Amino acid sequence: MAYLFNTPEDQQAMLAAIGAASLDDLFAMVPRELRLARELDLPPALTEMELWHHAQKLAAQNRSCRELVCFLGGGAYDHFVPAVVDQLAARGEFYTSYTPYQAEASKGNLQAFFEYQTLITRLTGMDVSNASLYDGATAAAEAVLLSLAATGRRRVVLPESLHPAYRQVLATYLAHLDAELVTLPTPQGSLLPDDLAQAVDEQTACVLVQHPNFFGVLEEMPALASLAKRCGALFIAAVDPISLGILKRPGDYGADLVVAEGQSLGNPLQYGGPYLGIMACREPLMRRLPGRIAGQTTDRHGRTCYVLTLQTREQHIRRERATSNICTNQGLLALRAAIYLAVMGPQGLREAATLCLYKSRYLARRLVEASGGRLAPAFQRPTFKEFVLRDRSGRVEALVEQGLAAGYLAGVPLGRWYPQWADGWLLAVTEQRTLSEMEGLCACLAGM
Amino acid sequence: MRNQQATRTLFELSKPGLRGCRLPEPDVPAAALHELLPAELLADAPPPLAELAEPDVVRHFTNLSTQNMSVDTHFYPLGSCTMKYNPKRNERVAQLAGLAELHPLQPDTTVQGLLALLYELAAMLAEIAGLPAVSLQPAAGAHGELTSLLVAAAHFRRRGEQRTKVLAPDSAHGTNPASAAMAGFTAVTVQSTPQGFVDLDDLRRKLDGQVAVFMITNPNTLGMFDPQIRVIAEMVHGAGGLIYLDGANMNAILGICRPGDFGADMMHFNCHKTFSGPHGGGGPGAGPIAVSSDLAPYLPVPLIERTAEGYRLVLDRPHSIGRVRSFFGNVGVLIRAWCYLRTHGARGLREVSTQAVLNANYLLSRIQHILPVPQGNRCMHEFVASAARLKAERGVSAMDIAKRLLDYGFHAPTVYFPPIVKEALMIEPTETESKETLDAFADALHQIVQEPPELLHHAPHSTLHSRPDEVQAARHPVTSWHATRPRPASP
Amino acid sequence: MRPEELLFTRTHEWVCFERAADGSQIATMGITAFALEALTDLTYLELAAPGTQVTAGQPCGEIESVKAVSDLYSPVTGEVIEANLAARDKLELLNQDPYGSGWLLKIRTQEGAARVELLDYAAYQRQCAEEPH
Repeated sequence: MAYLFNTPEDQQAMLAAIGAASLDDLFAMVPRELRLARELDLPPALTEMELWHHAQKLAAQNRSCRELVCFLGGGAYDHFVPAVVDQLAARGEFYTSYTPYQAEASKGNLQAFFEYQTLITRLTGMDVSNASLYDGATAAAEAVLLSLAATGRRRVVLPESLHPAYRQVLATYLAHLDAELVTLPTPQGSLLPDDLAQAVDEQTACVLVQHPNFFGVLEEMPALASLAKRCGALFIAAVDPISLGILKRPGDYGADLVVAEGQSLGNPLQYGGPYLGIMACREPLMRRLPGRIAGQTTDRHGRTCYVLTLQTREQHIRRERATSNICTNQGLLALRAAIYLAVMGPQGLREAATLCLYKSRYLARRLVEASGGRLAPAFQRPTFKEFVLRDRSGRVEALVEQGLAAGYLAGVPLGRWYPQWADGWLLAVTEQRTLSEMEGLCACLAGM
Repeated sequence: MRNQQATRTLFELSKPGLRGCRLPEPDVPAAALHELLPAELLADAPPPLAELAEPDVVRHFTNLSTQNMSVDTHFYPLGSCTMKYNPKRNERVAQLAGLAELHPLQPDTTVQGLLALLYELAAMLAEIAGLPAVSLQPAAGAHGELTSLLVAAAHFRRRGEQRTKVLAPDSAHGTNPASAAMAGFTAVTVQSTPQGFVDLDDLRRKLDGQVAVFMITNPNTLGMFDPQIRVIAEMVHGAGGLIYLDGANMNAILGICRPGDFGADMMHFNCHKTFSGPHGGGGPGAGPIAVSSDLAPYLPVPLIERTAEGYRLVLDRPHSIGRVRSFFGNVGVLIRAWCYLRTHGARGLREVSTQAVLNANYLLSRIQHILPVPQGNRCMHEFVASAARLKAERGVSAMDIAKRLLDYGFHAPTVYFPPIVKEALMIEPTETESKETLDAFADALHQIVQEPPELLHHAPHSTLHSRPDEVQAARHPVTSWHATRPRPASP
Repeated sequence: MRPEELLFTRTHEWVCFERAADGSQIATMGITAFALEALTDLTYLELAAPGTQVTAGQPCGEIESVKAVSDLYSPVTGEVIEANLAARDKLELLNQDPYGSGWLLKIRTQEGAARVELLDYAAYQRQCAEEPH
């Protein structure tokens, strides 16, 4: 057997010490009639070599973003991951440890989480960050639950420009709770402050806005935040952490809570998970924050150390009245994000953000030019690294297929989520895309 | 050999102008940012992150890593967490570009190999559970609980039944009542008997037409298999409710018995525990769920379907509770679970549980006369010893023992859980430990219980720091680094 | 105040009543030294805000230590008129002077309004002696 130790002689000695007649005897407390009388019906066991060969075969049946050129976005992005991130996170002392319940035996992880929290507060302009949640959508849902509890109100207002999956997760989470979800249409690709002003009142617990939004469009965050706060609602900003290399921090335009998908910060695409739910808040909301929090303290000799703190918020103590049910979080991905931010630094992040901006603007312009009038920008407001074009011929699926045939993951049809924009085409460009890849995409679509 | 310079915080190591990563010059036309973006959205300066050179970052995190205990370096008998060996072959597979570098919105036709793998994983989990329908979506065990309870709520809503309560025993993980509350139910506690089994009289008292689900961990958090499980299931089903199995302890019963066969309608797996996905310092996990065919229509989207043309993601399921996360489940962890299951096969899995139970019982037999196990002299894959007698006689607590174990080079067991055992030490050795390791651990405990209480109260003595002042940490929380703190003098 | 002059709940709150000028009663409440010792080091206190209507036997605040959280139960039905913010901000006060400057809430109540069962000091002492410590 693969990872077992006990020789037949060991097993006999152990059974004798236990006072058990046989291995079967060890299961005496499982009533016989409940036992499985047959073997499980599973595929046969593979040796390491067989597994490796088989897995490689399966992997070869996928066309990865190393083979295809990726212009896909929609909440997951093909950003560059410095080698340092993979190398350091692959240390067994990090990835084979667990939640740092015993601070003295987990100083490495605790300090790394403390540093992650500090980096996130500095990135977002918030006061307090937790040590991670599952992903962007569940972080957004948790922020909404926090807002309902903190305000005692029941209305949640968000625009249609918020990531559709976030909205779906929110609907799932709120399905059996006393809350009302109000979704504001965004026909111009972003939420108009006037529309928000109409929709918020003293019943509004929170306003949740994504920036850049699902269409890549930048929302009018300062105006939206002040409208929300004017009626006592909490303002939740869902952000792209890379964009904060150049964009104003949510703390600087009045957000109360920030959530984000942290996949962009040094984490592989891995078909959607595991990802990193980022969540940070202002100080008065600290005791309502879900998830683990590492705190700094001292030992009895006055030495600086770290410990999981404010644990009375959590499920293992407060049970049904906990701020959330979360236990296992995304620790390894938080570590990767901390390493990523440490190695990128302020200048590196600024460069990554700037390259995303330049390149996506370039591709948007060139696709329109190359299309001979077929493609046009869908929305007027400025974008960051992602954008929507409208296909006047209404055949977005064909564009995507043509791209794929030429080796490009050429964006996604927006109609998949928005029937009203069946002619919409969503593309993303990260710092990894080159001029020749972008020109290649334009060339392969030019003849259509 | 400690490098205290390198493990100062990133912010103390930071020096203006340093950087670890340089990106290429733009190969497209550049412009001033304010020409491309409105001034009111632009930051005045880049975010105030730390500024470090690449070798700084490497030395910092490498040294930090050495300040952890881990499965790769130490025996880690943390009860309820199944800290088993994390196979390196699984890591290599999960990092194959053809599995790791896949975008979640790629067309199904470009990810057929991965979908086949995940489809096979779901089928294997269904067989192990004895429940036919599987969702791979949930990100962790607690997320699996929430997802399952939302499935149950949708089921009852569709049937027009108003059921508002979820029951769980007092020995349950805190996630059970917390998940119930998040799903909109009222959590109700059912008492345990002194043996740690469900008190059937109390269950009968609390079971009524309002009860949607009874959440049970079996084997329970005391490491005991509740032999009444079928009776419990009949009682709950008789009242129109559902049985949820918290699968945290599946490592005890793989191929021995199946939740679906003993009455569970729904359950979750903890892939990071049972199926060796590494714990990652606190995650990621993966908490796939398996449910009965009655509940299958409500499973979250997406699901994988096998058709004549190949595998595809199904999003359009009218009775589904919807999405529970941004994209497909924690695929990286699921791939490792698939590797684990394919490595073991049916016989191998049964052997895993057999050896896990053998190891736990052996360790129990070696320490029960110094640390009594109130639930008896047999267990499944883990057991809960009590330091209550030691506490009464010599003032030595479970925490003292846990901390002293660190000095002996062992990670501590889970302490003070479950709350129904006084001075609890919850010990789960797992199957991937040798008799020699178990003996060394038992020997250490034998020595520790004879050591002077004063020595134990201040343990650990060999770690970088002694016990943190948790009162200070909670009264005056410092959750991020601030420059106002005096910089320690350079050594 | 001397504990012998106070009344006690079974949930370890103390209370004393004074008559106000308008004929209503003011109940001042806190938590007992016995409970404080059992809770060990307090880390956080949440008190119902003035103006809150509280019900006898229902929570009117929360007391946290590092790894436990307990409800504070109102001994009477009435309206909170004052919360001791000094004690909330300096938790040491509770341990130093639980029956004096460590008081927690003043609640305005009416004659005949609901109250939980209240024990005198001797009866409360007996209850404490029976509880495992």
